[in-house]
Amino acid sequence: MTISETTVREFETALLALDRLTATRLLTAPEGGESPMRRVEQLVAPTLDRIGRAWEYGQVALSQVYMSGRICEDLVDALLPSGSAIRKDQPKMAVAVLEDYHLLGKRMVYAVLRASGYELLDYGRQDVEGLARRVAEQGVEILLLSALMLPSALRVARVRAALDRLGCPVRIVVGGAPFRFDPQLWREMGADAMGVNASDAVRIVAALTGDSS
Amino acid sequence: MIESKSSSLHRVLTTLGHQEPDRVPLFLLLTLHGAKELGLSIRDYFARADYVVEGQLRLRARYQHDCLYPFFYAALEMEAWGGEVVFVEDGPPSSGEPGIRRWEQIDGLTPPEVERTPGLRRALQAIAGLKAQVGEETPIIGVVMSPFSLPVMQLGFDRYIELLYEQPARFERLMQVNEEFCVAWANAQMRAGATAICYFDPVSSPTIIPPECYRRTGFRVAQRTLARIQGPTATHFASRHCLAIVADVAQTGTAAVGVSVEEDLAQLKAACRGRLTLLGHLNGIAMRRWTLAEAETAVKTAIAQAGRGGGFILADNHGEIPWQVRDDVLQAIADAARRWGRYPLDWVDDAD
Repeated sequence: MTISETTVREFETALLALDRLTATRLLTAPEGGESPMRRVEQLVAPTLDRIGRAWEYGQVALSQVYMSGRICEDLVDALLPSGSAIRKDQPKMAVAVLEDYHLLGKRMVYAVLRASGYELLDYGRQDVEGLARRVAEQGVEILLLSALMLPSALRVARVRAALDRLGCPVRIVVGGAPFRFDPQLWREMGADAMGVNASDAVRIVAALTGDSS
Repeated sequence: MIESKSSSLHRVLTTLGHQEPDRVPLFLLLTLHGAKELGLSIRDYFARADYVVEGQLRLRARYQHDCLYPFFYAALEMEAWGGEVVFVEDGPPSSGEPGIRRWEQIDGLTPPEVERTPGLRRALQAIAGLKAQVGEETPIIGVVMSPFSLPVMQLGFDRYIELLYEQPARFERLMQVNEEFCVAWANAQMRAGATAICYFDPVSSPTIIPPECYRRTGFRVAQRTLARIQGPTATHFASRHCLAIVADVAQTGTAAVGVSVEEDLAQLKAACRGRLTLLGHLNGIAMRRWTLAEAETAVKTAIAQAGRGGGFILADNHGEIPWQVRDDVLQAIADAARRWGRYPLDWVDDAD
């Protein structure tokens, strides 16, 4: 059984209207008896993806993307508690911002990935060397970096160099305004992928991990 | 090529009146490059008003563009609110940890006094120093963060969005306090010699909040605030979109609007014609890697799309050109603006 397109649309409408009650009902109501993880995969992830793409096309605002992600994160936390065995089996991931206090993008990526059933570490604001050391020590395999300011985006190349020196084959995924305004920048900085919106993180992580769900 | 005798101020006022001046005015919104001109670090450069005066005058002499831009950095205002400023070697200083950590702090907040903040006093000295040098020849652009966008630094962006949606009374209280500060800061800059105030309001953009939310919030804040600023204003969305709200923006009393390279300039021109002057929309981030030929092409394309009939000032789309943009690219932009911006724009096909 799959969740109907009508339910996905209703869920999207509820999220954009910040209607937590309806969103909760749609996510938790039985419709075919899917497992919680299946409901997350069939309802939450595609809806957040649609909202992310709608932002990309100027059809919804960032505030709606952020609030939708937060609502879904709360709902999914209730369905799949943190550390739950029924969350996705995945490589170790972390998200961070480099030398900058603009943390919204990071918060959105964190919310969208957790709302899609992934677990990840939130490193907050980091400097280059501190981040590289932490990634190496904790065996992080996918590092997601969010940047609003150009200097912060340019630090990604230094992170890549520091991780190379430490012999860490980490895959780096970047996102944020500088990468949107200069589509060549992510490759120049040595990243492995670039997300145009927060929900792209889910698609990219799935591609990097071979998760076809 | 013979340079026209029209003053920069006259050129800008003519285009703001939706008439064609001698050529398309060019605003190179350079802040950090003043430090490069003086061979100083960014931190040292902004520590003294006379450095900023000298930096701005040198940049104007070098590129012959049409404004002086003694904007220090957005986080300067956070100093007034007791916040921390974080310097980096290759970009604008930014604000540190948000000062408002508990919602209740908003209830007791009072607007800081401009005169008691050393950083703001330095910025006023820079404006006065420039005014003494250029008089009425060149527009001096002062800058304020809008009361509606300042909370991104006061609270952090995520908590501000939550406040906006979930605590309307406390949001209104914060707007009242911020409006008082913004008006005082803008008028202090006008008294110091600014010609106009650039009102940075990125949160009002449809990129950030839905237009219907803007009409209930940022629009009303802008109407109240701009009405009390004793001088002309331009509203800047710092590279975010504005096409969906330009009719509302025109009703806030602002004269110009900073537009994003992500939107169609010709479409913006059609929507704003006769109501708002467009300021933009060169891609400052991509500018970092432009060749000289690409710089000329970008200038030519923008002028072709928006130059006719006046109501257009060529500038970058963010309101600040990154430190990493090379001097030869800036020179190529300035040269191309003079070459292709001369009115009448006979070279522009009607199809453009």
